[in-house]
This record gives sequence, structure tokens and C-alpha cells, in this order.
Amino acid sequence: MTLQAWLTAAGGAVALVLLGWLALTRTVLGRGLAVPLRAMFVKPETASYPEAPRPTAPRFHGRHQLNRYADGLEKCIGCELCAWACPADAIFVQGGDNTEEQRFSPGERYAEDYQINYNRCILCGLCIEACPTRALTMTQEYEIAADSREGLIWTKDMLLVDPPEDGYDTPHTDREVRDRGLNYYGGLAVTPPTRKGGSFAPATAAPLQRAGAVVPRRELPLVPPGTGDAEGEPDGDGGSAGAGDA
Amino acid sequence: MSAPAAPGAASAEDLVTLTIDGEQVSVPKGTLIIRAAEMVGTIVPRFCDHPLLDPVGACRQCVVEVEGQPKPVMSCTVPVAEDMVVRTHLTSAMARRGQEGTLELLLVNHPLDCPMCDKGGECPLQDQALAHGANQSRFLDQKRKYEKPVAVSPQVLLDRERCVLCARCTRFSEQISGDPFIELFERGALEQVAIYEDEPYHSYFSGNTIQICPVGALTSTSYRFKARSFDVVTTPSVCDGCSAGCGQTVQSRRGEVQRQLARTNMDVNEAWNCDKGRFSFPHLTHAQRLTTPMERVDGELVPTTWSRALARVADAVRASQDVGPGRTALVSGGRLADEDAHVAARLARTVLGTDLVEHRTRFAPADEAPARAVLLARAGGAPGLTYADVEHAPVIVVAGLDPEEEVPVLHLRLRKAWRQHRARIVVVGPHLGTLDGIAWRRVATAPGAEPAALAALAYGDGEIAAALRGDGAPAVLVGERAGAGSLAAGTRLAEAVGGGVAFVPRRAGDAGGLAAGLAPGLLPGGRLLADAADRAEVEAAWGPLPAHLDGAAPVDGLRGILAAAADGAVDVLLLAGADLARDAQSAALAERALARVAGAGTVVVQDLALTETAARYADVVLPVTATQERDGARTDWEGRAQRFRRAVDAPELAQDDWEAFVQLAAVLGHRLYGSLDAIRAEQEQLGVRAAAHPLPEAASAGSTGAPSGDALLAVVRPLLLDGGTMLAGADDLRATARAATVGVSRADAARLGIVDGADVTVTGAGGATVTLPTAVLPDLVPGAVVLPRTSTEPPVTRLADEDGVVAVTLAPVAVPAEVGA
Repeated sequence: MTLQAWLTAAGGAVALVLLGWLALTRTVLGRGLAVPLRAMFVKPETASYPEAPRPTAPRFHGRHQLNRYADGLEKCIGCELCAWACPADAIFVQGGDNTEEQRFSPGERYAEDYQINYNRCILCGLCIEACPTRALTMTQEYEIAADSREGLIWTKDMLLVDPPEDGYDTPHTDREVRDRGLNYYGGLAVTPPTRKGGSFAPATAAPLQRAGAVVPRRELPLVPPGTGDAEGEPDGDGGSAGAGDA
Repeated sequence: MSAPAAPGAASAEDLVTLTIDGEQVSVPKGTLIIRAAEMVGTIVPRFCDHPLLDPVGACRQCVVEVEGQPKPVMSCTVPVAEDMVVRTHLTSAMARRGQEGTLELLLVNHPLDCPMCDKGGECPLQDQALAHGANQSRFLDQKRKYEKPVAVSPQVLLDRERCVLCARCTRFSEQISGDPFIELFERGALEQVAIYEDEPYHSYFSGNTIQICPVGALTSTSYRFKARSFDVVTTPSVCDGCSAGCGQTVQSRRGEVQRQLARTNMDVNEAWNCDKGRFSFPHLTHAQRLTTPMERVDGELVPTTWSRALARVADAVRASQDVGPGRTALVSGGRLADEDAHVAARLARTVLGTDLVEHRTRFAPADEAPARAVLLARAGGAPGLTYADVEHAPVIVVAGLDPEEEVPVLHLRLRKAWRQHRARIVVVGPHLGTLDGIAWRRVATAPGAEPAALAALAYGDGEIAAALRGDGAPAVLVGERAGAGSLAAGTRLAEAVGGGVAFVPRRAGDAGGLAAGLAPGLLPGGRLLADAADRAEVEAAWGPLPAHLDGAAPVDGLRGILAAAADGAVDVLLLAGADLARDAQSAALAERALARVAGAGTVVVQDLALTETAARYADVVLPVTATQERDGARTDWEGRAQRFRRAVDAPELAQDDWEAFVQLAAVLGHRLYGSLDAIRAEQEQLGVRAAAHPLPEAASAGSTGAPSGDALLAVVRPLLLDGGTMLAGADDLRATARAATVGVSRADAARLGIVDGADVTVTGAGGATVTLPTAVLPDLVPGAVVLPRTSTEPPVTRLADEDGVVAVTLAPVAVPAEVGA
């Protein structure tokens, strides 16, 4: 091939590129076509939802859940502080009374009914701030759409997490809970109440308690204050946990 | 140590001027510093202080600084002095530090389980800890623990961990209700509220201790964990439990009543109410509640529509009017509101054309209604004798009334009068009842013989007559069980000694029924059917009254109506809130009458619940609304009319009683009223008679003559908590009911060989029997027994003869031989 042919071919190629560049940058049509052309070489911004949903931000406020203790008891005590804190009036709680045969949570009170209305909820998180037992937390799940208003009302069975592997679903009996000897509140603030046969034991049935023993020793969770471990074994004589402040 | 006098009551020289936080204020002598501070707008924090209880200074929260005093002063126990200079927490560091320190100490043993405590959100301890406490506690040890909660009664739960030992509950039960079943025990850190070993806190007023508890130590079983203060809707209301007319607060959530509280009305109930008023609301949603109209088809009650039911009643009324005039009767119980009673009275007189109307299920003496009409007209539509008059009366005569069982809040006023100035309470009647602790003198009479004793009280030179003639205006309270002529005798007694008199009925709608003229021979506002001028006044508002009502002698109340019905002279019997089969004074006569009318005519029952009368005899049953579900007004025993508002929705098909009456009239072609306001306007316009009729002459002693043979005459007294329809479903409340007993005098017990507590079989008319334990009453006149009215099954009304007289024989229940041996 001669030099001239090379030059002609090169000149043609340069002219073609020049023309192409001119067409893509200086003409309306070309500038339009340039966009998809450019995009072919850029990493795509779109997510392939729902096939491959992206992780949310680490502190994203998604729908709520009601948590459990390690043995499966519910953390929620039905106190309604979440409902009180809610600026959108989206939470309904109905308290209930734990009985000896049917215990749902530590202490006297549990949530008989618990509903969050996601028609109203603005996912602000004031409820989980108000929760005194960390029973209510927010997950990062945001797929709460429904095809009816009723479908947006989440009830307790939907909000409550599954029992943990070593735990059991509620209700438990009082005896089971006692035998485990767990310290649910990380302190000695509340012990499960002693109740007889599902109704309140009359005060007259417990004259000794009144007469002196500030608290019957067997009723105390046998964890000395300060150890902070929730797994206290009911083994000691309770001396260190004695009712010393009397 | 009595409560300070009301401000304004004192004259200028009784005023004391002091300085509080630099502000000068003049208050009546004897005012406590804490009240004086309230008058300048400073609320000193407090727990034990309550304006209606004696000062005690138990909680030490209300510390203030008084100039010249080296130590802080408890403002709730120290009265003001001239030129005192007080500095509260607003201006004094000492007071502020004292209050913070007290709060810290109070919270040392407080469990801080506020999230699960029923008081959380309306708790003075929470509020004041936030407003006046330090943020930090220095206490790190273990808190005092008790078993929680313990039931001091079936309806009051005690959590001793939360208690701050303010002694409000114990002081209430000692000072106000007078049944000290609850007390402080032990000492020091172990000090705690408790009850006596074997006696639960069975007081009729125990609910008040829950309400005044400043922490969550006393909570209510029925409200336990049901709601929070922020999610209830609060409606002011008036209690319908008895004729006391207590102010009440109804709190509802999602359209259901959650609890009821006493609403402060210093003229009536002060800040208290009784447990019946507080806890009896479950009947609104009880399974027996009527929710749909029903009619009897082939012997069975089946649901129907209002229009079919009303058409059936209207057909029956027309058929009866074709037979002759005045063959329908309308009996209301004690439940109706004033407006209902007014419409019922007009419906009966103008549309049904009958004088067979009655608002009482008891067989009242014939002169009771006319005498009450006279008192009504004399009072001129205002309250006659009031609670305040009773409280300040030096002598109070009580006849045929047991206030604690019938009108409990009146009992509290009597106790207050007794406690504050040793009012001399004179009980006239066969026994003292629950007044035995506070009565001064007792005039024993046979049952029904009260009028003669009342008439004689003011005369002679006995100590009672001297006391009655002394300074101050005595009060005479005549109750339902006083014999014929008692009210007239009581009125003459009050006139003679310059005092006031009042008739105290038991049921809430009684006074309103009387004022509406819902009794034979009566017209609204204390007017008489027999009086031409009265008739003209009423006809001006109602249109002409049927001619056949002219000059007809009124029947003898419910007894007369039932006797006429039993004789076949009544075709249609309208019962509005009257369960005659159980509640009529003579069940025998009521059943004969109901059976006759149900067989040959039509019995219409409009009521809250499917009562025994409705289930067995009614041809048409109409559901109506309860007090909490409607607007209306009720008149209490004083004559004070108080309006109440709807708090919750009624069952969908239930209507107000007045609406049912108006619609029946409409079906019969009469337009009566379009709204509650129209009824009230007419009540206002009619008012009461300008000049009262003369008092009815003293009637000869009624039918309560001595029974034959060894029979004993029974005083049938209703207990506050019994088998009543409006107590249905309130199981915790009924668990605190007093035991039904047959009260026997010592002499009769000895004669019949009955020992206290032993079961006896009480046999009445027709051989009906009730078995009850005996209570030997030292204060009962021989020849009489005291029986509870509807506390037993069957009710004692079954033991009555057809005149309503209960004459019984007692026989000890034979103890089985092996047990006795």
C-alpha cells in the first residue's frame, strides 16, 4: 500500500470521526443519541427491586417488632407508653393481667392486644424511645404495603417475633418461669407476683409477711445485686440477697 | 382540728393577714398555710393532705419556710397567724431542698414500676416528683419488697411497695365512712397499710380510698390494666344508683365504660360516692341486657322491630279503650329520668286516659304521695331540706330509713354532722340499723307505728323534746319504711320545732316520678287530679284530660293497680323499668295480676335487661337506654334536679324511655314532644303549684296491725348490694355485699330458742320459705324481724301477703344428728 493510500484512508477515518463527533455534539438528534451511548459505559444506578433488594441505611426506621426474652417470654408489659408517645395515634394497646397459669411477660401486666396502624404510622420512632423494656424496636423492613386499610393494621401476632431457639411460645406457667430463675430486668426491681389459683390471694392469707419478713426469701431472684448476670442459679441460701434495707 | 371554714363565711375581723412569697393575703382564721398558699395560686406539693380529711402531717412533703422558725414547717398542719411570713419552694431554698429531700426519701422504697401501675399517668407522686423532685437518687441498695398485689377486698388491691404511708385511706375509713377495716400496722420501714386478720375491707365506700390514694398503692380490681388516663373519654354524669344524686365521672374507652369516679360536688356528695355507684356499670354490657325489641309469639319471645312492637301495643290499647276507659295501667320503677316520668305521666293521662299510674314498686301508704306533693309545692321547685341543712342541724330525726343501705352518701353527711359537732341523731323505728354507731337516742316503735312517735317527739319535757326545741334548725328525715302518716307527722314535727323535713326515697327516679305526678290522683308539680284549678293549669299545657278522670277516687297505689289487674279490670299493663315479679312488695299479688293481664291482655315491658317479669309475662319487650347512654336529668331526695350527659353509645336498637313513650303516643295518633328540650320547656312552664295544698290529715294506722298468733312482723329492708338488675355482672362488687340475715330481737330469739348465727327457716304467707342465718339484734323491738328485700332467692317479697305485709314464723333449721353429736 502506498503512502498516499494510507493518508487517504487516515484522512477519511479522521473525517468520519470528526463528522461523528460533530453529529453527536452539535446536532439535536446526535446529542440525544449520545445519552444512551454514554450510559452503556456507566455503572447502572437502578436497583433490581424486588429481585435483589438493597440493604437499608444502618439506622433506618422500618416496621416495628415486639421482642422476647431468651426463654420466649414477651418483653412487652402492655404499659401503653408507646401509644402515649405516638404523635400519629397509630398504636393501640390493651393491657391484661398475667395469671399463674398463663404468664406472657414478667411482672403483673402484659399486652392482651397490641396493634399498630400503618395507615397512620409515620415511622418516627418515638414509640421505641418510650418503651421501658425495649420490647418494641423497629426493624429495617419496609415492605408493609397492603391492598386494604385493614391490611395495614398489624396485630400482635404479626408484630411479635418468633420464640428463640431455646425458648417457648407464650403463655408459660408461673412455675416454669420461676424455675428458670431468670432476672428479666437486670436488677431486682420486679419479681413475678405470687398469686394463687388465678385470683388474688387475700391479705389475710399471708399474716406472716405482714408481721415481719419483709419479703419471703424464696420470692427473690437469687442474684446478688451488682453481678448483673441474668442467669442466676437458685442455689445459694440467699444470704447476700437478703432484705437488708429494712 | 376540724376543716377550716369556707372562705367568705368569715367576717372581716376573723380574717388573718399574712405574706406568702412576698404577696399579702387575708384568709379566715384557722386556715392552714397550704390552703392560704392555694389562694395566692401556689400549690405546695402534698400527699397526705386532703381538704376533707383531718390534717395529719404524715408525708412531710409540704415543707415551707416560716420566718422566725428555725426548722421547716409542715404547711398542711399549721394554721396561719397574723403577720406570718411564709416562703414556699418558689422563694426559699430551704423549702425547696426540704421538698426534694422528702421526695427522694419517699422514692427510696417506691418500686418505680410506673409503666405497669394503674395510677401511671394520673399519679400525684409521678407529677410531683417531676415538678419538685431532684433528678437523681443517691439510693443504690435493694428496695423493700412485699408480695404484690394483695386483695384487701374483692374490689380493692393493695400494693404495699408503692405506698408512701400518707394514711389517706386509713383516715378516710376512720373519719368519713366510719368502718375502720383498713389501718396502718407495724413500725418504721415496715409500716404498712393492712386489714385486720380475718376481716376483709368490706365497706360500702372502699372505692373512695382508691380514688384518693396519691400513689398506685390501692387500685381497683375492675379497672386493673384496662386503660390509661389518656385513652379514656371522660364525661360528667350523675349516679343513678339511689336518690343521693352523687356527681359522677364516667370514663369510657372504645365506647365501653371502663370506670366511674366520684365527681366533686360539695353541695351533694362532697368528693365521695359509694361502691354501688362506682362499680355497678357492668350491667350495661351484661348478657341479660336487652338489645332488640321482642314480642311473644306462640309463647316464645322472638326479636321483632320497633314498629311491629309499637303497633301491637297500640292495637292492644285501642282494643282496651273500646271495652271502656281507664283499663290500662302504667307502672315505672325507680330508674326513670325526670323527663321520662313527665312524658309517662302525660301519656297515661291524655293518651291512655288512665289514672292507674305508679312510680314505686313498694306499697306506699296512701297519704305518702299527697304529703310529698305538699312538700314539693312548699319548696317551690327548689331543693327543700338539703345536705348542708342536715350537716348543720343540731338534731336529726330519722324515721323508717337506714341511710347506709339506702342512700349511702346521706349516711356520710350524717356521720359528718355527728363527728364535727356531735349532731344528735334520733332514730324513730323498730331498730337502729346501721345508725347504731352514731345515734344519740332511739325511739323504739313497732313497725309502722312511727307517726305517733314522731307526733309526740316535740312535746313533753324529755331530753329529745328539749334538744329539738334548742338552738338551730333540726332536720327530720322520713324514709320509705315509716308507717302511714309518718311524713305528715314528720312535717308537723318540723314545723313545731322550726326545722326542715324531707322524704328520702331509695330509688333514683322516685323524686322525679312524684314531681311528674306519676302516682294515682296526682298531676305534675304537686298538683292534685281532684282539684279543678290544678287540672286547669295542667290542661292548659296538655290539652283536655279525659272526663272520666274527674272525681274518681284514686286507687291505693301499686296495691290498688295490681288488685284491679288481678280482678281483670286492666287490659294493658305498661311496665317501664319495673320488675314487678321480683320487686313488687307482694310477689303473690303481682304474679296474680301479671298472669291475669298476660293471659287476657297485654303486658309491655321496657327495660334495660331481660327481667323475670319480661321473661315470664311480657307480650312486648322494648330495649331502652341506661343513664350512661343518654341525656336527661334526675331529681335527688333534696329536690335538686341535675342533668347528665351521654357518655357511651347504647345498643343500636335501644331508645330512651321518653322516646318509646312518645312513639307509642304517635302510633295512637297523639303528638307529644319532639325533643328533650321540649319536655324540659314544659316542665319549666308547669313548674310547681304556687300554693301548696294542706297536709293530708293523719290517717288511722295502716294495715300493719299486729299479726296473728306467734307470727312476727317483718321490717323488709333493702340492702345496698343485693340481687338488683343494675348490679348484674358486677361480681367483685357483689362479693362485698353484706350477708343476708334475718334480724331477730333478743326476746324473740330467747323465746324461740334461736342462737346468733344459726340458720332459721323463715316462713311467710302462703307457706313460702327462705332460709337465712340469724343475727340477734339487741336494738330490735320484740315482735319484729328484719329481712333483706331482694338479697335472697326467692326474694323476701314472696313471703308477703297480698297487702304487702310480711308476717313470718321462724323455725331453727334442724342440725343433722351426726353433726350435732
